[in-house]
Amino acid sequence: MRRETIHAWLLLLPALVLLLAFTHWPAIATLIDSFYATPHGSRSPPFAGLDNYVGLTQDPVFWQALRNNAWYAVATIPTSIVLALLMALAVNEALPGRAILRMAYFLPTMLPMIAVANIWMFFYTPDYGLFDRIMAVFGGGRHNWLGDASTALPAMIAVAVWKEAGFFMIFYLAALQTMPTDLREAASLEGSSRWNYFQRVTLPLLMPTTLFVSVNAVINAFRVIDHIVVMTRGGPDNATTLLLYYIYEAGFRFWDTATAATATVVLLTIMALAAVLQFGVIGKRVHYR
Amino acid sequence: MIVADQRPIGRGLETLGAWLLGLIWLLPLLYAAWTAFHPAIYATHFSPLAPLTLANFETAWQAAPFSRYLLNTVILVTLILAVQFVLCTLAAFAFARLTFRGRDLLFAVVLLQLMVMPDVLLVENYRTVVQFHLADTIVAIALPYLGSAFGIFLLRQTFLTIPQPLDDAARLEGCGLLARLWRVYVPLARPTYIAYGLVSVSYHWNNFLWPLIITNSVTTRPLTVGLAVFATTDQGIDWSIVTAATLMTSAPLLVAFLLFQRQFVQSFMRAGIR
Repeated sequence: MRRETIHAWLLLLPALVLLLAFTHWPAIATLIDSFYATPHGSRSPPFAGLDNYVGLTQDPVFWQALRNNAWYAVATIPTSIVLALLMALAVNEALPGRAILRMAYFLPTMLPMIAVANIWMFFYTPDYGLFDRIMAVFGGGRHNWLGDASTALPAMIAVAVWKEAGFFMIFYLAALQTMPTDLREAASLEGSSRWNYFQRVTLPLLMPTTLFVSVNAVINAFRVIDHIVVMTRGGPDNATTLLLYYIYEAGFRFWDTATAATATVVLLTIMALAAVLQFGVIGKRVHYR
Repeated sequence: MIVADQRPIGRGLETLGAWLLGLIWLLPLLYAAWTAFHPAIYATHFSPLAPLTLANFETAWQAAPFSRYLLNTVILVTLILAVQFVLCTLAAFAFARLTFRGRDLLFAVVLLQLMVMPDVLLVENYRTVVQFHLADTIVAIALPYLGSAFGIFLLRQTFLTIPQPLDDAARLEGCGLLARLWRVYVPLARPTYIAYGLVSVSYHWNNFLWPLIITNSVTTRPLTVGLAVFATTDQGIDWSIVTAATLMTSAPLLVAFLLFQRQFVQSFMRAGIR
């Protein structure tokens, strides 16, 4: 073997071993496990074929987790992306107090999700949480935001948007700052309005950023459940059970690892499909410079 | 010219909107800070004359072993960062400057981790860690994140921009592979190390779910898990103390952020632009 090849493999080995052991292997093992029953004791589990998948489709909680996660994604992703863009546009202008504004937008990103959850839990507390106090000013009554199945998921969505938008703003801001100013001057000479300019020039130039941000937003919508664990534990009545929370409960509360593995396969499939879709649909409209 | 006339009002509205959004964004934090710095009776009603106090912080600090949790977190993020730096540097160099068969395919395999993150592979990783008798250790929290595709990718991109002649010159002077890596590549990639370091530290300082699953005792729990245990079991209702504990656990990172704001923001930008 060539020396360079040996060197390359020696350099790669430690990182590769860890990567394969904790990402690639578990992904494959999950797929294999989804075809076997949950092991009991040291006996090797019997082959179950598609039983786990059939079981999953017969579990109404699983379907609810899927539905919840779909709503959660549909609500959080566009909202946080649009807000992030607005924030970046605002902070990119010479506004009074721009530095403070940028800090205000970005600050939630630096907080642990678990701290965010605590703060918002207090926010949502019936009667003396800030939410109820603001509502009281407008004549609203006491409301148990996290205890009511109809408001619990929207409450979680608000938390996610608050935490995430400032993070995505950073990437839009970076893109806006590298944008050529001569285009803007040319446009204003031709008398084109700011909205027109934004629509025709800024937005298309931001497409690569939008793709990057949206991929991250999709991943986060399926990956981050810290706030669910702390604030609602999936309740009330499974109203806030997201897919990963369902997996977490199956795996570590009911120790039903077969169901957990099967649901993980579903989760990975959804994320893969989302990636393919994003690179296919948005990717086509991206013009790299 | 009509456009120009409308501008001041338009701009004013935009500024107003931006500030309104900023206020909404700060509100939860301000509310938490108000509660944490005032006696419990003022948590429910606002009065400009309410006395400030640090008593809530003292109570929280003594009610749970937060100093130990803090130490655990510091050990954890240091361990992760140190190992990530070394492993990612070596791998990134191989991908950037060495030629061998299957390099591009291997790189693509590595990049899969950007989509399939260890965070969702909880059950299998738990099983692996238990098999190696590492459950409930700080090493166990770190393990799934030590081989980082993100770090390898970021450093590879940086190494590719370093001019080859610099490398050749070092080689002519008799530098071996590792010496070239250490003397030429690592110093020139400093901004990338800072960027990646800040992103990694803030990610693992704040990480929660995996540490929650894999730790079970005071000597291993990081701050986030310690805070969750504290907030759910010990204090159900005393919001003054819970918010004080919450701010306390986030404080080191927040203070660092406020001091080095520009550095942080630029690091996150650098890490995001490819």
